[in-house]
Amino acid sequence: MTQNEDIELFASGHRACAGCGEGTAVRQILKVAGPNTIATICTGCLEVVSTGYPETAWEIPLIHAAFENSASVASGVEVALKELGRKEGVNVLAFGGDGGTFDIGLQALSGMLERGHDITYICLDNEAYMNTGIQRCSSTPYGASTTTSPSGKYSIGESKQKKPIAAICAAHGIPYTATANIAYINDLKKKVKKAIETEGPSFLHVFAPCPTGWRHGSDDTIEIGRLAVQTGVFVLWEAVDGDICNLKVTVMPKKRKPVEEYLKRQKRFAHLTEEDIAKIQQEVDEKCDRYGLPKRE
Amino acid sequence: MTVKITIGAINKEHGSSKKYKTGGWRSVCPVVDLEKCISCYKCYDYCPDAAIKKIEDGIEYDLDYCKGCGICAAECPVKAIVMVKEEK
Amino acid sequence: MGEQKSMTIKGNMATAMGAKLCRPNVVPAYPITPSTLFPEKMSEFIADGELDASMINVESEHSAMSACIGASATGARVVTASASQGVALMHEMLFIASGMRLPIVMAVGNRALSAPINIWCDHQDTIASRDSGCLQFYAENNQEGLDLMINAFRIGEDERVLLPVIVGIDAFVLTHTIEGVKVPAQEDVDDFLPPYKPKHGTLDHRDPATFGSFAPPEYYQEFKFEQTKAMEDSRDVIDEIFADYANRFGRDYKKVSTYACEDADVILLTMGSMTGTAREAVKKMREEGKKVGLAKLTVYRPFPMPELKDILSSAKGVAVIERNISPGSTGAVYAELAGTFVNEKKRPLLKNFITGLGGRDTLVDTFEEIYDKTIEVIENGEVKVLVEWIAMNEEVMR
Ligand SMILES: Cc1ncc(C[n+]2csc(CCOP(=O)(O)OP(=O)(O)O)c2C)c(N)n1
Ligand code: SF4
Ligand code: SF4
Ligand code: SF4
Ligand SMILES: [Mg+2]
Repeated sequence: MTQNEDIELFASGHRACAGCGEGTAVRQILKVAGPNTIATICTGCLEVVSTGYPETAWEIPLIHAAFENSASVASGVEVALKELGRKEGVNVLAFGGDGGTFDIGLQALSGMLERGHDITYICLDNEAYMNTGIQRCSSTPYGASTTTSPSGKYSIGESKQKKPIAAICAAHGIPYTATANIAYINDLKKKVKKAIETEGPSFLHVFAPCPTGWRHGSDDTIEIGRLAVQTGVFVLWEAVDGDICNLKVTVMPKKRKPVEEYLKRQKRFAHLTEEDIAKIQQEVDEKCDRYGLPKRE
Repeated sequence: MTVKITIGAINKEHGSSKKYKTGGWRSVCPVVDLEKCISCYKCYDYCPDAAIKKIEDGIEYDLDYCKGCGICAAECPVKAIVMVKEEK
Repeated sequence: MGEQKSMTIKGNMATAMGAKLCRPNVVPAYPITPSTLFPEKMSEFIADGELDASMINVESEHSAMSACIGASATGARVVTASASQGVALMHEMLFIASGMRLPIVMAVGNRALSAPINIWCDHQDTIASRDSGCLQFYAENNQEGLDLMINAFRIGEDERVLLPVIVGIDAFVLTHTIEGVKVPAQEDVDDFLPPYKPKHGTLDHRDPATFGSFAPPEYYQEFKFEQTKAMEDSRDVIDEIFADYANRFGRDYKKVSTYACEDADVILLTMGSMTGTAREAVKKMREEGKKVGLAKLTVYRPFPMPELKDILSSAKGVAVIERNISPGSTGAVYAELAGTFVNEKKRPLLKNFITGLGGRDTLVDTFEEIYDKTIEVIENGEVKVLVEWIAMNEEVMR
């Protein structure tokens, strides 16, 4: 069924910061999912900015319960819909922030994926716990300064590599896994559609820049998302039936830009030295080789 | 107007966030030159606040909600949008 | 009325049979000793076509209660079971289930909390959840376990209540012990318990609503007041529904039930399975001419203050016997009972006895000792030691 995509299901008036990537992401995802959708969300920016009583930005049924359990709440919703004979033609979307997905909610997510619920799980990744004031997460990239991984005389900022969440989810053998990015809306929407139309669990890892936490201009949100793809920092791919050995890169940059172009626009990386950047570049190059991305410019 | 509480804080006023006008947050305001606009609707797609409406041959702003982030201006492929300082 | 079938079954089977008769739609559950038989039996009922429902074999108790919340908000009748560490793990979600006003029913095989780890009976697990806003019932025997489950759905789903209900049955003493139970006929339970049709809202795209809103200071306290009022309002609903159940099924439940209390100088206050032994002890002591009675707390939340006042105020001393302790304070019931009487002119002396922790047997002797100590308090006219631990294994003490 094709939706009338001009209808806004994530209404204006939500309190996200100006230029928030999550706003664009949720708006676009709901346009594809359409009004016959029930969504669950985690505690985090999305919940705080959109559900403050007596208002709500949601035009579709929504449930927020806690931080770590969007996936298990959604499991209950999905099974209840089936039991009550109301699942036909209704989509269940589970949203989680990166904290709610990579860290505290990983167990619930794994359970949801393994049990085979017909749910599309969407992680909105802004690479830190933003709602509580920019603390590091296992999604925070190497070198980023956050309030709990501050850069300093003895610290580069975050010292660990980003957890490969989409691959971990795909390893459950789920029918559909993809990474997406708000800068590439058509690619994102295609993947949302595929995920929803796929029977069974699917996982979307959506890169959603956060001007407040990444300390970039509010007008730069999309450009930074785009640079993440063009530099190979964030690779857009999809995999069917968990077969990540045969994943398909859906947006192939013609030539890869140096990571510096991506890093330098964000103050969370402002402290990095030339050597630090060279190290990050090397790691990105190695990763891109594995994905079969073109060599750097 | 005061809103009464409901059982379990269930809110049936879907989309009621529209009562709150985020336009007040703005310090710079987008202005579109419809002569230049090619109706690609990239600005519409990227706006995090659904503050842009599609119209025939172009777009229209809903300044009640536009937060002035500048994404639309940055993303317009023909530079049809400029951000101007808000007059208060 | 259909005939009530007599069966000899374990406590877990009794709560599972009670749940089954209520026709739940969704059963999210996670195994834990001593409640494991509950999800096993529910799975079996579904596998054999005796129950038209779906299990969700979740990966944790936190997810069990989370899935209960999702399913209940969607409009399903939902039941689960847990115990001990499981109840502790889902602690966060119990408050949320109640705050969202979802009438989820949970059978708990009351078991001690770690550390040290122990699988036997006490009430620390559900007592630690007492402030979650769930109603709490405690069964003395398997029959009560079954009956209270059926009552739990009807009470929790009542529009004046809309709160989760926990039914506690003691670990092993009940969960694993075979007893004779009368099982009501399905058509009679159907008649007693109408299908769950929440009017306050469900997750449904035809009437979109947001559940789990963020409530700022101008609203939060009012939401909590309403939730608490629902708990208060449940007092009358419980009486009404217990009476209806008694009419239909012949078993009469009271928030607090009594034995030989009328002229008693000392009343023993108990909860759960130890009541059986306490009753024997009281019988024995009565034969010896001691003026002792027994009050059993079946409903712990809402805490039955008016009933307890009525029953206990004529006694000279009350022994509050508890299978839980709040380190640094007293047992939970003791503190609440003291609060119940604090403004009363006529009040008994209250003494707290902690015993039966982690499966420690409570024997007839134990209750006799408690009686003696309470008489001592009455004779002294004061309670020198508020909390006394009884039936200690002196040999192992350092
Ligand atoms: C059990 C629990 N632990 C901690 C918190 C505090 N908390 C709320 S939101 C949040 C971070 C959210 O981060 P993320 O999931 O990445 O979402 P974001 O706000 O970045 O969109 C934390 C730590 C909580 N609400 N519940
Ligand atoms: S902190 Fe970041 S993610 Fe949160 S609302 Fe602001 S921009 Fe969006
Ligand atoms: S992005 Fe520019 S050209 Fe495209 S619709 Fe908007 S104003 Fe017109
Ligand atoms: S400035 Fe930002 S909020 Fe305003 S219309 Fe443009 S994209 Fe939307
Ligand atoms: Mg985050």
